[in-house]
Amino acid sequence: MENTARVKSEEMVSRIDGRLAKNKVVKGIFLTATIFTSIILIVLLYRIISQGAPYLTWDFFQNFASRRPEQAGIKAAVIGTLWMMSVVIPTAAILGVGTAIYLEEYAKKNKLTRWIQMNISNLAGVPSVVFGLLGLTIFVRVFGFGNSILAAGFTMALLVLPVVIVAAQEAIRAVPKELKEASFGLGATKWQTIYRVVLPYAIPGIATGSILAFSRAIGETAPLIVVGIPTFVAFLPSGYLDSFTALPMQIYNWTSRPQVDFHNLAAAGIIILLAVLILMNSVAVWIRNRYQAR
Amino acid sequence: MALTAVNTTKNNQSVQNEELFVYNTKNLNLWYGEHHALKNINLGIKEREVTAIIGPSGCGKSTYIKTLNRMIDLVPGVKTTGQIEYRDRDIFSKDFLVEELRTRVGMVFQKPNPFPKSIYENIAFGLKIHGIKNKQIITETVEKSLRGAALWDEVKDRIHEPAYGLSGGQQQRLCIARCLALEPDVILMDEPTSALDPVSTLKVEELIQELKEKYSIIIVTHNMQQAARISDKTAFFLNGEVVEFNSTDTIFNNPADSRTDDYISGRFG
Repeated sequence: MENTARVKSEEMVSRIDGRLAKNKVVKGIFLTATIFTSIILIVLLYRIISQGAPYLTWDFFQNFASRRPEQAGIKAAVIGTLWMMSVVIPTAAILGVGTAIYLEEYAKKNKLTRWIQMNISNLAGVPSVVFGLLGLTIFVRVFGFGNSILAAGFTMALLVLPVVIVAAQEAIRAVPKELKEASFGLGATKWQTIYRVVLPYAIPGIATGSILAFSRAIGETAPLIVVGIPTFVAFLPSGYLDSFTALPMQIYNWTSRPQVDFHNLAAAGIIILLAVLILMNSVAVWIRNRYQAR
Repeated sequence: MALTAVNTTKNNQSVQNEELFVYNTKNLNLWYGEHHALKNINLGIKEREVTAIIGPSGCGKSTYIKTLNRMIDLVPGVKTTGQIEYRDRDIFSKDFLVEELRTRVGMVFQKPNPFPKSIYENIAFGLKIHGIKNKQIITETVEKSLRGAALWDEVKDRIHEPAYGLSGGQQQRLCIARCLALEPDVILMDEPTSALDPVSTLKVEELIQELKEKYSIIIVTHNMQQAARISDKTAFFLNGEVVEFNSTDTIFNNPADSRTDDYISGRFG
C-alpha cells in the first residue's frame, strides 16, 4: 500500500500566525472585562471612602441613632449585627454540617436523596426576600418571637443554610476514599471514621465555605425589612427576644433620608460593613492557606 | 445450626486439617448490579501461610480479597450468595459484626494510605478507636508494631513527624505496622507493592516472609514473579472463577490447567 500523507506539516505551520492572532484577540477581550470590573470597583470604593471617611469618628461608634446627623452613630447597628450573628452562626453551622454529613455519609444514594439534593441546591438560588416572608410567617408570627434578634437570626440562618450545606458537602466529598478505607479497615465504626478522619480533613473546606455564607447574612437587607426589624433604635438589646437593628438596616435608613449628611453617614456605615466582610473573607482565606500548607 | 452439624460430620474425618483453615469460601457468588464478578468460588485458606491470588486485570481477585473483610460493603449495589467462613464463623451472619471481623483481619491497600497525622498517631489510631487510652500501652505498641514492620530503625527519631514525610515504601510499611498494632490473625494485602519502586518492593516482600511466622497472609498481586517468590499457595483467578488453586510450586512448574500455563508463561494477561 502506498503511504499518501493526508496531513501536511507545511500547511499546518503556515496556519500558526492566524492561530496566534486569535489568541491575542481573546486575551484582549478578557483583559478588558477585568479592567472594566476593576474600574467600577475602584470608583465605588473611592466615592464611599471620600464621602464616609470624615464621619468615621469615635463618636460615630459611640452614638445611637439620632434625628440630628452630627449626633447619629452606629453603635446599636454594630452590636445588633453581632447579636444576630451569634444566632445565625451556630444555627446554620449545626444544621448545615449535620445535613451535609447525613447526605454524604449515611443517606442511600436513591431517588429521594437526589430529590432532596436538588431542592437544597435550588434553595440556594431563592431570592432572600422569600426567606424574609418565611421568617415573618414562622418565627415572627407562629412562634411569636416578634421583631426580635431570634426571629431575624433564624431567618438569616435559613437563608444561608443551603450554601453552608453545599459547601460542607463538597468539603466532605473531597476526603480521599483511601483514608476512609484505612479507618474502616481497622474496624472503626462509621461515626469514628467521620469524627477522626472525615471531619478533620474536611473542616478547613467547611469553615471557608461557611464563613463566606455567613458574610452574606451580615450584608443582607431584604429579609430584615420583611421580618420588620426597626431602623431607629436608641438602645442596646439585653436578650435574644429584644428588638434590635442591624448594619444594613441602618445604612438603608440613612440613605432614604433627604439630608446629604445622612448620605455621608450611610457611606461611613458601608465602610464598616465592608471592613467586616473583608475581615471575614480574610479569615476564610487564612484558614484555607493554613491547612493547605499542611 | 444445621451448618455446624454438617461441619462436625466432615470434621470427624480430618479434624486436624480443618482447624488449620482461617478462611473457607463456599460457593461464593458476587454481583456488581448485573455484572457477575465472582462465580462459584471455593477456596480454603490455611493459617500461617502466604496465599497469593493472581490473575489478569478484572478477574475478580481484588473483589475477592475485599469480600474477605467485607470492605466490599462500601461499594453500593453489591449482592453476594454463598458463604465465607472465617474460623468457622459465617462473615455475612448478623451475629458477626463487621467491626470485629476487620479488627481480627487487617488490610493493606494498593496505594499507601497513611492518615495525615504523625507516624505515632497513625499507629495509635487503631488502638484509640478500640478504646485503648493508656499512653504507655500505646507507646509500647507503636514501637513494637514499627519493629514488626521493619520500620523502627528508620523512623525512631521522628515518630512524631508527619507520616507524609516518609517515602512510598516506608509509608506502605507504616500501613503494615498500623495493621500489626491490632494483633490481627490474618493480613489481607491488595497489590501492596504495585505503587512502589523495586527496592521498596523487595523490602515489603522480605517483611511478608517474616510476618508469615505469626500471621496468615493473603496477597493479591499482578506480579507473577512476586507470587512465585513469596507465597506458599497460589490461586489463579480468571473471569471471576478460580481456575486453579494449589501449592505455588505446582502452579508455576506443573499447572494442571492449560489456561494457568498460558497465563504464567505470559501468553496473555
